Amino acid sequence: MESTTAAFRENAAKALGDSKLRDALSKLTDGFPARRREAIARLPEFDALRDAARDIKDHVLANLDFYLEAFEARVIEAGGTVHWCRTAAEARTAILRICKTAGAKTVTKGKSMIGEEIAINEHLEEHGIEPVETDLGEYIIQLRNEPPSHIIAPAIHLSKEQVADTFREKHRHLSPGRSLDEPRALLDEARGELRRKFIGADVGLTGANMLIAETGSIVLVTNEGNADLTYALPRVHIVIASLEKIVPTLEDATTILRVLARSATGQEMSVYTTFCTGPKRQDDLDGPDEFHVVLLDNGRTKMLGGEFHEMLRCIRCGACLNHCPVYKAIGGHAYGWVYSGPMGAVLIPNLIGLEETGDLPNASTLCGKCEAVCPVRIPLPRMLRTWRQRQFEQKMNSPAARAGIRAWAFLARRWWLYRMLTGPVIAVLGRLGRARGRFRYLPLAGGWTKLRDFPAPEGGTFVAQWHKARRREGRT
Amino acid sequence: MTVGLFVTCLVDLMRPTVGFATVKLLRRAGCKVSVPKAQTCCGQPAYNSGDNPDARAIAEKVIEAFEGFDYVVAPSGSCAGMIKHHYPSLFADDPEMAPRAVALAGRTFELVSFLADVLKVENLEAAYDGIATYHDSCSSLREMGVKEQPRALLAQVRGMTLTESPESETCCGFGGLFCVKYPDISGRMVDAKVDDIIATGADTLLAGDLGCLMNIAGRLHRRGSNIRVRHIAEVLAGMTERPPLGEPAAKEKPEKEAG
Ligand code: SF4
Repeated sequence: MESTTAAFRENAAKALGDSKLRDALSKLTDGFPARRREAIARLPEFDALRDAARDIKDHVLANLDFYLEAFEARVIEAGGTVHWCRTAAEARTAILRICKTAGAKTVTKGKSMIGEEIAINEHLEEHGIEPVETDLGEYIIQLRNEPPSHIIAPAIHLSKEQVADTFREKHRHLSPGRSLDEPRALLDEARGELRRKFIGADVGLTGANMLIAETGSIVLVTNEGNADLTYALPRVHIVIASLEKIVPTLEDATTILRVLARSATGQEMSVYTTFCTGPKRQDDLDGPDEFHVVLLDNGRTKMLGGEFHEMLRCIRCGACLNHCPVYKAIGGHAYGWVYSGPMGAVLIPNLIGLEETGDLPNASTLCGKCEAVCPVRIPLPRMLRTWRQRQFEQKMNSPAARAGIRAWAFLARRWWLYRMLTGPVIAVLGRLGRARGRFRYLPLAGGWTKLRDFPAPEGGTFVAQWHKARRREGRT
Repeated sequence: MTVGLFVTCLVDLMRPTVGFATVKLLRRAGCKVSVPKAQTCCGQPAYNSGDNPDARAIAEKVIEAFEGFDYVVAPSGSCAGMIKHHYPSLFADDPEMAPRAVALAGRTFELVSFLADVLKVENLEAAYDGIATYHDSCSSLREMGVKEQPRALLAQVRGMTLTESPESETCCGFGGLFCVKYPDISGRMVDAKVDDIIATGADTLLAGDLGCLMNIAGRLHRRGSNIRVRHIAEVLAGMTERPPLGEPAAKEKPEKEAG
């Protein structure tokens, strides 16, 4: 997917001006976070589980080569194939080759962020193969030709009215007079459309929530069951996954499942959890004839052992987005690439470089809510700050911003100079502001006073007043 | 016990009353309070902008100025958090400074938690006529573990009713330089915060960090609200003669009549 991250400020301004988006995002406040809170309240050992999930991921990252090779060996034993891909381009080529060999015309797809990352849909279309998204949210945004705005709820930016309009426009063969007022009607209509596609598909392409080294299985978690129809009906199943999705054992996978859905949607478990191991076996009633795992690096191994190592623990639950006040203000599209929210702001510069993505680590108050809810305890604020450090070292921020910071720091190191300069400014502001107690406009603080008044200072500084009083006490 | 008061640049420049209230609270609880002259800012603007060399240079000055006290107390979770959590990491690779940073961090507290957890203040003897709601500033809450302490202390204030906002833990959008760099995003966040505060029906907003308070007061006033905004120290110390943040000094005796 092309990045529009360089235009973050414009994207954000557009988002802030979009009242439909504002309504849609306000659902977030009482939706996912509230349900997460309730789910956790019912599970006293939740924090211990988070530690366990973190430790599993840390262990696997420290032994990544070992577990990936073990996984490959089990996949081969089960009759499948693993395709190791360093880059997005290699993954696209591998997937296209499998589709071509299978003579595919239609590919059904489960929701996959890696699919978005490598822009597989565009690539398949260019080569005459029709990709069909089967997750309801993904299906909607595919019809609208939009990228996802949330890693687990790709169409969260839309209202049901907007979805109804899209369906009317795209499903022309259906009666124009039909009622699409209820979410149920929308769901039924999408289901009807998708049913035909499921049956006609030649290849099913899914992501994977986890890869299990012990068994060579992949884990699929959905609420709609669409991934099951996607992988089980066509002749060929392709799994696309990035390599940090690996966990050692089935037991480990269940530990992570226990924190995943609770963190994401506040469910105890997602509605469908499926473990797929290899293609159809002799006695199986259904399942694919071929099972391919396309294993993608795309910059992950570069993060290993570095300052962003812990980001590879991410299980893509979306909790950090759901709880981020900046995400709630501007939505996911403003971030300009596949990922968004705090995890996106840390990950995107890792994957596509800091040059174009400089706003992302800065557009955060470092409020720490993301780290507080992350099921695998990723220190997201620390990492955002690390990116800022890199920017500062490489002189990537604006000269004016750098000069401002350095000037303040210069003063802050020289308390006498600081006192000499700040004292008179504060005295003047105090006098000017006394009558109203605040300013509606202040030169050099236009950003602040556009939306807020600026409280007037009292007029004298604390330290000066304190020491003056002490001197006086000393004399008397 | 000796306490070095790190008053913070915002309190020093904008609202000295908070500093005096802090001193009063600490003295009443038996502390010997000093205010080192050589204090300015904790270095957080530089640190959060990625300018670690400058942040370190400022931190060295703070460490020098405050090393001699039993405790260092700041009426701000954000600045106390900077000293407590971020100074040690700034000097992690500096064998000379690291132990000094760690030692200072161990003695540094945010005011409200210091009063409640260390001094175990009871019987505050403060009164306030109003319904207040308390905003949990991000650093106080998530870096300094301040949650129950302000509630426990406010419960000792006669005449005050405390009403909770369900969103009291959500960031107000201040974020230091964030509100200058992204004023519109910050504006949307503080608007949501102000909605929540108004919805509580409180007539007073309290918090332990002046940055958040200035941001929220600024938006409340722009929206025409007359909710009174104060630092929690003012209320706990019973020092509410000065008008609330951003309100005119009209209540003071008019100077003209005197002359
Ligand atoms: S960073 Fe943590 S909270 Fe955010 S998506 Fe990843 S696992 Fe979930």
